[in-house]
Amino acid sequence: MNWLTNFVRPKIRALVSRREVPDNLWMKCPSCEAMIFHRDLEESLHVCPHCGFHMRLDPMRRMKMLFDDGEFQTIELPKPAPDPLRFRDQKRYSDRLREAQAKTQAFDAIRVAHGRMNGMPVVVAAFDFAFMGGSMGVAVGEGILAAARLAVLQEAPLVVIPASGGARMQEGILALMQMPRTVIAVDLVKEAGLPYIVVLTDPTTGGVTASFAMLGDIHIAEQGAQIGFAGARVIEDTIRETLPEGFQRSEYLLEHGMVDMVVHRHELRLILIRVLGLLCRPAPAAAVVPLTPVTIGPPADPTEPQAAVEIPETSDHDTQQPAESANAPQPPGHQPAVESPAGQPPVA
Amino acid sequence: MQTFLEFEKPIAELEGKIEELRHLTGDANINIADEVGKLQAKVDRLLRLTYAKLTPAQKVQVARHPGRPHATDYIDALIEEFTPLAGDRLFGEDRAIIGGIGRLQGRAVVVIGQEKGNDTESRVLHNFGMAKPEGYRKAQRLMALADRFHLPVISLVDTTGAYPGIGAEERGQAEAIARSIEVCLKIKVPVVATVIGEGGSGGAIAIAAADRVMMLEHAIYSVISPEGCASILWRNAANAPDAAAALRLTAQDLKDLQIIDRIVTEPIGGAHRNPAETIAALGVAIEAALREFDGVEPGTLRSRRREKFLEMGHKGLS
Ligand SMILES: [Zn+2]
Repeated sequence: MNWLTNFVRPKIRALVSRREVPDNLWMKCPSCEAMIFHRDLEESLHVCPHCGFHMRLDPMRRMKMLFDDGEFQTIELPKPAPDPLRFRDQKRYSDRLREAQAKTQAFDAIRVAHGRMNGMPVVVAAFDFAFMGGSMGVAVGEGILAAARLAVLQEAPLVVIPASGGARMQEGILALMQMPRTVIAVDLVKEAGLPYIVVLTDPTTGGVTASFAMLGDIHIAEQGAQIGFAGARVIEDTIRETLPEGFQRSEYLLEHGMVDMVVHRHELRLILIRVLGLLCRPAPAAAVVPLTPVTIGPPADPTEPQAAVEIPETSDHDTQQPAESANAPQPPGHQPAVESPAGQPPVA
Repeated sequence: MQTFLEFEKPIAELEGKIEELRHLTGDANINIADEVGKLQAKVDRLLRLTYAKLTPAQKVQVARHPGRPHATDYIDALIEEFTPLAGDRLFGEDRAIIGGIGRLQGRAVVVIGQEKGNDTESRVLHNFGMAKPEGYRKAQRLMALADRFHLPVISLVDTTGAYPGIGAEERGQAEAIARSIEVCLKIKVPVVATVIGEGGSGGAIAIAAADRVMMLEHAIYSVISPEGCASILWRNAANAPDAAAALRLTAQDLKDLQIIDRIVTEPIGGAHRNPAETIAALGVAIEAALREFDGVEPGTLRSRRREKFLEMGHKGLS
């Protein structure tokens, strides 16, 4: 109640908060607990430089890392009426929504963008786990539908990158209905003869896995991601057994035939480019570049297709560039997770 | 032995009195018949009143009532020449989903139904109606068969949910459900689905992406069980009644939200009071739904089915 507390302290606080808080400069790896400098973390696409642990990535960073030169156009998504059931638990759903919107600066848990990948037009829909656990309600369903329709319109492949705990309980049955709706969406893309690729990231579970996420032409899983239908705790409660080591992790799904490959995040862009190129541009290639990012050294031997990705000619686009100069980051001294570019999955 | 739900206790007491009076016949009391009649009228009134305004939590109990007719009961009573078909041709036979070919009022149909079982032995045999990937893959197989021979599909939904287990995960529970939804939406024959008891989440929608979706009056259909929802959002499973109300899982709410097309009325006091009447009513409703699709061009049928689902979610509670 004096001059000091009422005026000086707030001012000092304002001065302090304007400076960057040291907490944001360093981050502790949740896996190996090493401290990582924020710039290093950005550079490594939120993969721990020490142990290779893949942290969750927000949709805008995802898009930036995937599209040529980090350039893309997000599209405005339909905004369905929020809180259709006027749902309330210990908290109002409408309040939870507002908080999530303030936190993520997004309308809901999905972003859709179009851009080019190695010159090819591609539509990407990416989930934001930070928005209510990436849960799927009407808005997310509308986002997937919008992405699918855009892909069909642009005759572009669709890449969906879920990171979701499943259906959004607070939208009740309407959330459940997003399962058939998103299945219809991806079937629209498939029926148009366009590739539909799913990049499964940590975590992908519940109603999201049990709908569009398991219906891709090709399933690519980021390493170490949790992917499954039922939650681990629910399973343990049901069977009263402890779960096997690595249960519901990407590598486990690969072994059980549910995904085509497990990749390191640093390989993702190049793998997508190669897969989409093979599916969309069956014509012979004009140039051959190595699959694994190489900065220096001799060009790859074109007679050895096992170590190369083919980049065909594009007359309709002028931004084509060799993969080396594309904005794929260099993996800081790690072994590529995908070791057999001939299309065979890596041996776990 | 009749099972009474907790809120049915006053009814159970009255019915107990009626039983007692009936056993008093030796006394040759002329007023007994009179008294029984009065009590019976009271029971009827009480049943009508209770069942006219069941809370969502009470509906959950009714939907799970062990005396409620199950898929097998409907098939036995409604489907002639029923020929069960087994197996997914990939791994095994999952009795949580029963299915086959037969005739409904003379019309050849494919039937797929989730069966919970009605005693310990049959419950174990049917895994309490919780299907594994094999069950959903068998459903896909039967839907493809229906498509090939132009037979409509009748689906009876009654499951707590898909089975959560290690083997089920390893064999692709999520993929099996996703693919099953896809097949439902893709085939060019009419699909009529009815939630006869519990419509539990992904395990239910896997066989319910249909041209007509109906629910029995006291059935429930939800994205998550009230218990599961309560333990996550309230951090206490004891809040299940609150979750049941918040989830809007009753047939009446779902009709209001335009998620289902029709509610099939149950006898006074619920399906478990009069299974035969319930089964007959559903038979009539399914037959009527199938008749609506006679003469509809297969491609039109499929695109209308898609449109119907794409329209969903635009309407909140009124
Ligand atoms: Zn680490």
